[in-house]
This record gives sequence, structure tokens and C-alpha cells, in this order.
Amino acid sequence: MIRVNGNVSQVSPGQPVSTVLAELKLSADLRGIAVAVNGEVIPRSDWDTYTLSDSARVEVLGAMQGG
Amino acid sequence: MSTDVFTIAGRELHSRLIVGTGGFPSLDAVAQALAASGAELATVALRRVDPSAKGSLVDVLAKAGVALLPNTAGCFTARDAVLTAKLAREAFATDWIKLEVIGDEDTLLPDAPELLRAAEQLVADGFVVLPYTTDDPILARRLQDLGCAAVMPLGSPIGSGMGIRNPYNISLVREAVEIPVVLDAGVGTASDAALAMELGCDGVMSASAIARAQDPVAMAAAMRLAVDAGRLAARAGRIPRRTYASPSTPDEGLAEFG
Repeated sequence: MIRVNGNVSQVSPGQPVSTVLAELKLSADLRGIAVAVNGEVIPRSDWDTYTLSDSARVEVLGAMQGG
Repeated sequence: MSTDVFTIAGRELHSRLIVGTGGFPSLDAVAQALAASGAELATVALRRVDPSAKGSLVDVLAKAGVALLPNTAGCFTARDAVLTAKLAREAFATDWIKLEVIGDEDTLLPDAPELLRAAEQLVADGFVVLPYTTDDPILARRLQDLGCAAVMPLGSPIGSGMGIRNPYNISLVREAVEIPVVLDAGVGTASDAALAMELGCDGVMSASAIARAQDPVAMAAAMRLAVDAGRLAARAGRIPRRTYASPSTPDEGLAEFG
């Protein structure tokens, strides 16, 4: 089961990171977004090719007021 | 003041005030306060995206012409801070990072060993590291030796508004390092910012003091003036303190009324 930002995702294993962004209705060319999978940074250039395993823990992060 | 440029890692800044974007009720409030502050650098945090959120903080900063300084707020370990910094670099296309590694939630004080560990890794990875640190001159020197671009010692705990609890230590930090010193955390009102500058700091960071003021825009303007005033006063050189009065009017020519 793939989890995105702590929630169960409908994305199937084997799909690329960009599918997760589409599920969140985020445009892939959106500025200010970063993705980590299982604690590793996935560069923007790999979003279309990096595929998710069944146990993937995906974090999709963006700018928030702070500091 | 126009020639008094403030340089961090080769980047010239014309404002010595760095604004934190946390605590404002809206993005509009952030934009207005930034305009009043004159700041050229503002911190942002990295959190899980909210797809339903309206507007973008990145766009607000871009429109204001303010450069974004990502932070690692909320990280308790070097590992999390380093990963957050790398994600921030990916998200915002900047090598700059305000490094925060916190020891506990009650004080939000820095965890020195974890901070040093994270700073070392990030410098090695090419980051421009601005660590939030205690007001300890020895730790500041260690951070400088690791290659940090500036140090950001606290005046008092984050959000406490208690001002500079140990001005003597801030002076010692200033003497201990050659890299810029930016007073961070604890600023409650404009006079705290002025004092930091008078103690020799190169800049001041303010978040809560502006965002949580009754009138954030007015406080942002006050901070701008206070930082400039404190900087001018530091360069002007204050008079020494003395126990007894020293007349500013000469006695010579004083009338004698018999």
C-alpha cells in the first residue's frame, strides 16, 4: 500500500512519482514542490521515471509560512 | 547607509533585516509586512502540501522581490535537517538554508551536537549554511570553522519575545567569528533589534515580533528603522558608561549671583 503524506493512495505500485502529483491535482511544473520517497529525495527530473513500490512512503512538500 | 552593504556568501543585501513568514494570518498580510520591512530575504518552511490551499507563498515572495531562505524548522536530528535542506534545494532551487536542529519542544533551543553534524554535512554538499545557534561564542566559532556562511545566535527562545537575555554573550559571539552574525529569535519589539545592531550584529531576523504584533505592518516598519538606527549607532560609537554625571554644559562663564 502506497502512502502519500501519511494517507493511503489510490496509485498502483509500478506507477511513477508523477502519478502521485496528478492524484493530488498538482501540476508537475509547479514551482516550490519537492518529493521524497522512503526518506530519499527524488529529483524533479526523475518524477516521470522513478516508479513506486508497494511499500512506498511518499512525502510531497511545498513552501509553508514559517521561521 | 547606501554604501553600507551587508554581504553573506557573496550576496549583497541592502537590508539588514530578515523577516520570518510564520505566524501571519494570510499571504496578503505577509506581502504587506514584507513591503513595510524593506527586507530582501525571508524565511519559509517546508511542509506537506495542501492541494486545497489558495495562493502560493513562493509567488508572494517573487512578486515582492524578496529572496527565499528555506529553513529546517521542526527537525530534531541532523538526518532530518539534512534531508529537509536537500528537499528545500530541490523545491526552491536555492543552496541557502537556515539550519535549525531543535533539542526539545518546550524551549526550541538548538541541539549543539546535531547542529554541528548537520552543518558539516550540508557544507560538504555545497550548501550556504546559516545555522540557528545558541549565544555561545565557542559554538559559533566551531560553526564558522565548519564553513558556515553566517551564524544566527538567539537572543532568547523562539517566539518568547524576551529580547536579548545575555547581551554580553552576543558581543562575545561577534568577537569570536569573522562571518556575519544575525541575531535570531527572541526579538519582541523594535528596541531589541536596535540593541542587537548596537552590539555589533550584522543583521536581525524577526518573525513573531512582526507577525504577532497588533499591527504587523507598523511593526515591520519599526523593525526596519530600528535595524538602521542600531547599525548607525554601532558605527557612530557610543560613549562609555560612567557612574557619575558629566556636565554637557561647561562651567566656564557661569554667572555668580553673590
